[in-house]
Amino acid sequence: MNLSLLIILPFITAMGILLSTGLKQVRIVALAGSFVQLGAAIFLLIQYWQERSAGNHSPMLFDVTYVWFAALHINYHIGVDGISIAMILLTASVVVAGILVSWDMEKLHKEFFFLLILLSLGAYGFFISLDLFTLFFFLEIAVIPKFLLIGIWGSGKKEYSAMKLALMLMAGTALIFVGLMGVYYAAHSFDIMEISQMHLPIEVQKFFFPFAFLGFGIFAALFPFHTWVPDGHASAPTAASMFLAGISMKLGGYGCLRVATFLMPDAAHAYSWIIILLATIAIIYGAFATMMQTDLKYINAYSSISHCGFVILGIGMLTQTSINGAVIQMVSHGLMTALFFAAIGMIYSRTHTRMVAQLGGLLKVMPFISTLFVIAGLCSLGLPGFSGFVAEMTVFMGSWQNPDTLYRIATILACASIVVTAVYILRATGKTIMGPISNTYSHLTDATWNEKLAAGILVAGIVLIGVAPFLINQLIVPGTENIMLQIGKAITIK
Amino acid sequence: MMLFDFFILLRQELMITAIIFLLLFIKLGKERNNETILLLVNIFLFVNLAVGFCCNTEGAIFSGMFTTNTLVVFEKNILNLAIWIISMQSYAWLKTHKQVIEFYLLLLSSLLGMFFMISSGNLLMFYLGLEMSTIPLAAAANFDLAKRQSSEAALKLIISSAFSSGLLLFGISFIYGTTGTLVFSEMATQITNQPLQLFAFILLFSGFAFKISAVPFHLWTADVYEGAPVAVTSFLSVVSKAAVVFVLVSVLYTVFKSLSEVWYNIVFLIALLTIIVGNLFAIRQNNMKRFLAFSSIAQVGFILIGIAGSSQKGTASVIYFLLIYVFSNLAAFGVVSLVSAIKGKENISDYKAFYTTNPMLAWVLTIALFSLAGVPPTAGFFGKFFLLLAGTEKGSYWPITIAALNMVISFYYYLRVVKAMFMDSNEQPIGKIVIPGFSKIALFICVIGIIVTGLFSWIYDYIFSLSPSF
Repeated sequence: MNLSLLIILPFITAMGILLSTGLKQVRIVALAGSFVQLGAAIFLLIQYWQERSAGNHSPMLFDVTYVWFAALHINYHIGVDGISIAMILLTASVVVAGILVSWDMEKLHKEFFFLLILLSLGAYGFFISLDLFTLFFFLEIAVIPKFLLIGIWGSGKKEYSAMKLALMLMAGTALIFVGLMGVYYAAHSFDIMEISQMHLPIEVQKFFFPFAFLGFGIFAALFPFHTWVPDGHASAPTAASMFLAGISMKLGGYGCLRVATFLMPDAAHAYSWIIILLATIAIIYGAFATMMQTDLKYINAYSSISHCGFVILGIGMLTQTSINGAVIQMVSHGLMTALFFAAIGMIYSRTHTRMVAQLGGLLKVMPFISTLFVIAGLCSLGLPGFSGFVAEMTVFMGSWQNPDTLYRIATILACASIVVTAVYILRATGKTIMGPISNTYSHLTDATWNEKLAAGILVAGIVLIGVAPFLINQLIVPGTENIMLQIGKAITIK
Repeated sequence: MMLFDFFILLRQELMITAIIFLLLFIKLGKERNNETILLLVNIFLFVNLAVGFCCNTEGAIFSGMFTTNTLVVFEKNILNLAIWIISMQSYAWLKTHKQVIEFYLLLLSSLLGMFFMISSGNLLMFYLGLEMSTIPLAAAANFDLAKRQSSEAALKLIISSAFSSGLLLFGISFIYGTTGTLVFSEMATQITNQPLQLFAFILLFSGFAFKISAVPFHLWTADVYEGAPVAVTSFLSVVSKAAVVFVLVSVLYTVFKSLSEVWYNIVFLIALLTIIVGNLFAIRQNNMKRFLAFSSIAQVGFILIGIAGSSQKGTASVIYFLLIYVFSNLAAFGVVSLVSAIKGKENISDYKAFYTTNPMLAWVLTIALFSLAGVPPTAGFFGKFFLLLAGTEKGSYWPITIAALNMVISFYYYLRVVKAMFMDSNEQPIGKIVIPGFSKIALFICVIGIIVTGLFSWIYDYIFSLSPSF
């Protein structure tokens, strides 16, 4: 399959949106475009499986290189492995769901859907890039739409949140830029696969790894650079929250893995204790901070910090299983938080409040939405049968394989945080959907068809991973094996 | 040398001279209304731009005083393009102005001076061209005849230019004293690490820094930009800056090549200072013109970082960035000049809720500001990326980190304007603006330029192939 399709399709959709008039046309175009993208992503998955079962063991499939800036050795080089395909599928599902839940967007609808699609274009481009310049290019494309989405359509202190998010993420890209420069002048290439064959000098790795890892870490809510997450998520409109948690934060995790760890494995070893430390703090701090929140969106945002901590933890542990876990956790968290935000958005659009204390008994009037809320909550606290369990379990098992005492302590602490998660999730769920219902809410209606469809897609993903984890495992293992190969080289050199 | 070759080599200068004389004849003839004159001028300027693209030749005339090659012709084409866009953008302002022809006479003589400056192969010619470009500009800055601020701007411009010319002359005389020549190619072999020559270099560099308003020689910029008419401001911030940078690049890489160890650090230091000071002042501005003035100071800092690279990457990235800068800065100034000419409003707070009344102009300004900030897919991203890439070549990673983080600060103030246009509410937003045809063409060219120059790599590759490498 021609991977550029994943960039061309959103581009055509965006142009179609610009050309159409009226909410009805715009949303139809956007939905059709996003479904085609989802179709393309599934088609890519099928083709990938066919190639792999036909015995094609090259690390990257469908890779294509076009010379872009010949003078500077910059190429448009794209290709995918299982990890990228998992991310692409996640992106495609969240985009469809995001467009479906914003079905009745009245204010500036054309611009709204245009920016959503632009954001997805950046994300697709990022996940298929095998050239650091292309990757950086698409990463920055994905930042700006967020600023406008939050600032124009958001709620609460939206300008503040939008600015904070944009500036922090841009600071992240500035750090990444310095990291890229270091790699470029050491390897005289931007090509990821080429650089991975070279084994950069240890001093170069040690100097530039922190730049790259911290830069991507800001995207993935690495402690102490997580502060954009709560404000950004809480102020954003529903679809933008879903995109932020479901897609944007994954850009960071994927970058930490593909750029920082894959290209600079020695430095990843040297600094892994710092990464573990920060990740553990994020997990525990995020969990406890969530306990104190009274706003549903803030609850989900702070729990995202905690959950993304597992991604960083998995990467920092540097074992095959833990990295598998990190990738599964990225997908699982993306689907789960998107579902959570969708459910919160549905509740908010009906009750006009997100405060836990003012809600109650919603199960009686909106059983469907309440069920979604429960599913997302249970997935978040890691109930078997849902994706959260698979992901967290894999991370813990992989982490335990690391025999160092410090790492063991970190693993135990991270495991313990699940108890805290259970406390806040069960409390929020109980107060919101159980108990007596107040009269003001008794006339409210349940989910509409578009909301049901959006939720259905996300729930299907969550359950599929939860029930048949071997599927995603088979998909990503060749990719993570490849990364492990790099890390293995680093250990033997030491 | 055949007379014909002579004409070919000088064709861009002769073209400008011809236009100047034509305008003088029109002025002598019977009174015509402004619209006809403006139409004619814009057609002339378009022809002028087109002529530049034909018949590339290399050569030197006037016994090496005037040299030209493909790169120089390309640089002049950039300036021709810029002045054509500026001319079309100021249509709304000039339509009712009493002295249209005089305005063009001043602007074009200044441009002619710049052409000679860029082509100079001799310090004397360089100085002549520089003065010829500066003096008409001071008169042009005074062209909002009824405004006191405008004359103040003119006075400030002329005093600060005189001061910087003095520095330049002082430096030139030292150079002549120590090397015994004014010809660039002969000078290059004579320059070593002698203290007097270093001193001369510092003086010369300060003179340049004045012209491109690098810190600490930037103090005149904001007042002049604010007081002068928008057309002159855009000319000052784009054309005159670009011309001086073109010369600076070639002088640093050729004449002062043997001092590169020295100027590398100086350029880097000045660049970082310029970026930081420009950024910090830009944050606090409320007037659009002052805001763009300080942001353009910060941009100069980034350009200087590119110069610190090796000759080929450095030259290519600087010229490429200036081409992009022409499009993005002129798009921003185009919108500002329309709003200021038609509605008389220049403050950022006036732009609140601009999007509700003028969506197209708001998008153009947004794209321009994003390009200035360096956000993909606009060309500004590529420009900034390649500048910093060139500057990193010799391994100055900490300064580059500072510069990269400063991009975040600059991001803040550009987004502030975007926020005002899209997110803030306003009781009395700027009313619907009817865009004149010429301004539409100009803005369209700018937007197309912003998109095409970056994504399509052949422009960079072309500039790279022209840039000299030693």
